[in-house]
Amino acid sequence: MLTSLSHRTGQLVRFIIRRDRVRIPVWLLGIAALTFIVAQAFTGLYATAQERQTMAETMLNPAMTAMVGKGYGLDNYTFGAMMAHQMLLMTAVAVGIMSIMLVARHTRADEEEGRMELIRSLPVGRLSSLHATVVVGFGTNIVLALLVGIGLSALGIASMDLEGSLLYGAAFGAAGMFFTSVTAIAAQLSANARGTIGLSITVLLLAYLVRAVGDVTGSGLSWLSPLGWVASAEVYVNNYWWPVALTAAVAIGLAAVAYVLHAKRDLDAGFLPAKPGRTRASKFLLSPLGLGLRLQRTGLVAWAIGMLVLGASYGSVLGDLDAFMADNEMLKEVLTPVEGYSLIEQFIPFLMIIIAIICTVPALMAIMKLRVEEKKNRTEHLFSRAASRIRVIGGYVVIAFTAGWAMLSLAALGLGLAAAGVMEEPIPLGTFYQAAMAYLPALWVMIGLAVFLIGFLPSVTGLVWAYLGFSFIVVYLGGLLQFPAWLSNLSPFAHASGLPVEEMAYGKFFLLLVIAVGLAVLGILGDRNRDIRG
Amino acid sequence: MTILRTTNLTKSFGSFTALNGINIEVNKGEVYGFIGPNGAGKSTTIRLLLGILKATSGEATIFGRDVWKDAVDIHKRLAYVPGDVNLWPNLTGGEVIDLFVKLRGTANKSRREELIERFDLDPSKKCRTYSKGNRQKVAIISAFSSDADLYILDEPTSGLDPLMELVFQECVMEAKQAGKSVLLSSHILSEVERLCDKVGIIREGRLIETGTLAELRHLTRTSLRVETRLPVPALREMKGVHDLEEDGLGLSFQVDSEELEPVMAVLSAQGIVKLESAPPTLEDLFMRHYEGTGQASQAGSGGVR
Ligand SMILES: Nc1ncnc2c1ncn2[C@@H]1O[C@H](COP(=O)(O)OP(=O)(O)OP(=O)(O)O)[C@@H](O)[C@H]1O
Ligand SMILES: [Mg+2]
Repeated sequence: MLTSLSHRTGQLVRFIIRRDRVRIPVWLLGIAALTFIVAQAFTGLYATAQERQTMAETMLNPAMTAMVGKGYGLDNYTFGAMMAHQMLLMTAVAVGIMSIMLVARHTRADEEEGRMELIRSLPVGRLSSLHATVVVGFGTNIVLALLVGIGLSALGIASMDLEGSLLYGAAFGAAGMFFTSVTAIAAQLSANARGTIGLSITVLLLAYLVRAVGDVTGSGLSWLSPLGWVASAEVYVNNYWWPVALTAAVAIGLAAVAYVLHAKRDLDAGFLPAKPGRTRASKFLLSPLGLGLRLQRTGLVAWAIGMLVLGASYGSVLGDLDAFMADNEMLKEVLTPVEGYSLIEQFIPFLMIIIAIICTVPALMAIMKLRVEEKKNRTEHLFSRAASRIRVIGGYVVIAFTAGWAMLSLAALGLGLAAAGVMEEPIPLGTFYQAAMAYLPALWVMIGLAVFLIGFLPSVTGLVWAYLGFSFIVVYLGGLLQFPAWLSNLSPFAHASGLPVEEMAYGKFFLLLVIAVGLAVLGILGDRNRDIRG
Repeated sequence: MTILRTTNLTKSFGSFTALNGINIEVNKGEVYGFIGPNGAGKSTTIRLLLGILKATSGEATIFGRDVWKDAVDIHKRLAYVPGDVNLWPNLTGGEVIDLFVKLRGTANKSRREELIERFDLDPSKKCRTYSKGNRQKVAIISAFSSDADLYILDEPTSGLDPLMELVFQECVMEAKQAGKSVLLSSHILSEVERLCDKVGIIREGRLIETGTLAELRHLTRTSLRVETRLPVPALREMKGVHDLEEDGLGLSFQVDSEELEPVMAVLSAQGIVKLESAPPTLEDLFMRHYEGTGQASQAGSGGVR
């Protein structure tokens, strides 16, 4: 029975590996290279124990704990402790994203496009394709674990021994396995690829936020998050293997759940019931703009709620930071290099830039939806009718620009309201809002770039995602690794003013605005002059 | 009056020439059948006509206007049905029909209801749940419930059951009677034979034959079976006679349409006892062109490299 269910899995595994023979290595090498480069850079930048200890002091506040996780071995802040504290969690999130993309692509996406039907018509078992995907997902993460583990120890950095390094890699592997299984379940619950990715990313974000609140408040909340588990391995300090083993075991259990769900449902069906819909379209739907909004309604609302929660989570941390500052009069002196601004205020620009980059994701997805529609031959329905190119792409541009603004506003709102609730002397909401809006033109530049690529180089539109990833890395690691200014300056986010600490630079603000709008207008014009796929 | 005209329409994808100098003319009230093997370039031609692809060279006009530059205005009077209809899984069929009709601009409410009835479609179901034929119906209903002057149909009946296929043919006939023009690409030759006034055959990106069905028939062969009182030895040597076979009493063979007269003269001189003739079908014609031009026809690969 079991063998007939998973008949020919081996062949499908080879088939998946063949299809992803570039994608998987790029992810693996990217994550491994990032880890090795940062480790190597730490040894140069923080050579003495003294420097590292100063670093530990600055990291020792709730805001940083929320961002990068609880630190271990802070009293003897070795290179290993630094890596495990500052890099492990964020990189584990990236590993999670890798696993989610991999699994969604070979489950729901294939099913939605009708390719799964072809495979299922061949003599393969009912569970074979899911099983093959999970095997590849687990396998990829195990390879990553070994690659990172062996690579890190091979760097020969003091305090980064073989056991710690292997555990460091294993933490990635376990987190990746966990999200492989989560996505496998999401692919059964939701009836399409977008929903699958959305659901899995939500779980990932929740895992990150629950851990943040748990780590800061010191409650047991972090134990509800798989990211909390892998962080509690205390890599390079105490080297606990069991939390990592636990994560991997739970991942295997969740995969079994996915198998059961998969065996129960019909091809193309989800677990959400279908009810009869309207026989008539509402007025609202009857235009390219209305259609674009309707198609993305659920996703945008979900992201909007997510951004509000994200802002609120960081906002609640500000209260802890506030209380922390009140208890440490002396520290307050040390940590106030910018005259007249509290640590919290100094923290706001850093926070905002991260929030702005996250808010760019739904806005970019909104404009990329046009490419998705084109690839599925659904824009030809519009273009073969009296809808002009400008009206169709224009609708998506409006949605994307508005979504960017709305997401940023909601995050700022959540941040401000939560901060007001927990702080002794609340910072006014307006300050947060202005600080957020300072990043809006940079966010819009990303959208403008996407529109430009759609108009002129539609096949490489995906590069915008790489550019966004690059922006995140230079912002997140730029300060830590003391990147040269020109490198960070390649990202539009580096040119926004960091309110309230910096003065508002209106010149740059409007320049970014002009670039964003200019790119979008060029893209819209270019779009009139190209072949549409369908 | 010419509704649609292409002159030397050419389209290359990189170094691959998918269409090479296509000339088509469709007049008012005319149904033009567009046939050819897989990958010949039918859909590519149609996408050029819709202004979705940009021609490499040549010209195409609909209603006397350029298909690329004036696409939007042209589309207000044009309806299109693709052969592979992809719809939005989370909208209902009714919503999609309304959207499509609204986007064209000229709605005909009562026609919508009538067509939904005739095609037996449940408009309250989500497109996700529709079968292939039902998705096709959504596109056909949207097309015919708007008052267009030109219908461009790219394998519109793929997936329809025979009953629905008949309803579709009625719709095309009604449109034709109302003086509308139709460009119909299809692999169902009986459908083309029944509906079309003119036919164009495309192969490897070139239009190799075009004309009315009567004109095209002229180019092909009629099958004959005769019994004569006296033997006709001369027949074997006659021009235009093919595949001659003797079966007991009679002879069966094919004869080129233009040689029919002399052949009949020879036969009647020998005293015809019985004569059966079958007119050339479009299929015969088509098969001849498929295989005809000498080179091995590679299935699925059209165009000229
Ligand atoms: N975007 C493209 N890039 C490269 N080649 C293309 C592209 N689109 C179509 N072709 C090629 O152009 C040729 C004509 O394709 P087309 O879709 O027009 O055929 P068709 O006559 O509609 O065939 P069918 O009867 O199967 O629908 C094919 O060889 C196809 O591979
Ligand atoms: Mg075609």
